[in-house]
Amino acid sequence: MADTATGQNKVELMSQVKQHIALANAQEMLSKMTEKCFKKCIQKPGKALDNSEQRCISQCMDRYMDAWNLVSRTYGNRLQREHYKGTVEMAD
Amino acid sequence: MSDFESDLPSNDRELQEFMMIEQQKAKVHEQIHEFNEICWEKCIGKPSNKLDSATETCLTNCVDRFIDTSILITQRFAQILQKRN
Repeated sequence: MADTATGQNKVELMSQVKQHIALANAQEMLSKMTEKCFKKCIQKPGKALDNSEQRCISQCMDRYMDAWNLVSRTYGNRLQREHYKGTVEMAD
Repeated sequence: MSDFESDLPSNDRELQEFMMIEQQKAKVHEQIHEFNEICWEKCIGKPSNKLDSATETCLTNCVDRFIDTSILITQRFAQILQKRN
């Protein structure tokens, strides 16, 4: 491979990286959501998922994603605050 | 991630920077998953139609207090190690 990727290669590589990360993210979300919602909604596994279990699972999924978004915002705010604190302390 | 790095030209600054930022973003994402898992266990009872405000407060407090705890423990642990030497 050449020392510097050609423009086209580079754009392609970057989008591949982004896709790869997005996929890993979705897989992580999926596996955590399955684990958490199984735990919350299936008390005693029966012969099939009954209606109330299915309803619980879809609600649980929605709430899990709500929680994820809120946690993400909270963490983002915190990172920003810590960053600001760091720059102020350096200025002192 | 390592499977990408081996393909990278070593002296392409733009690519290096791009990879650094993407890795950083991936780390933040990983962290969010971890926080969400921990705080979900702490704050969520039975999943309902929406997150009520008490649950939302619990989640935001949970994230901030978890980070505080992590900082506090790191500092105290460092002190303990220092005293030993």
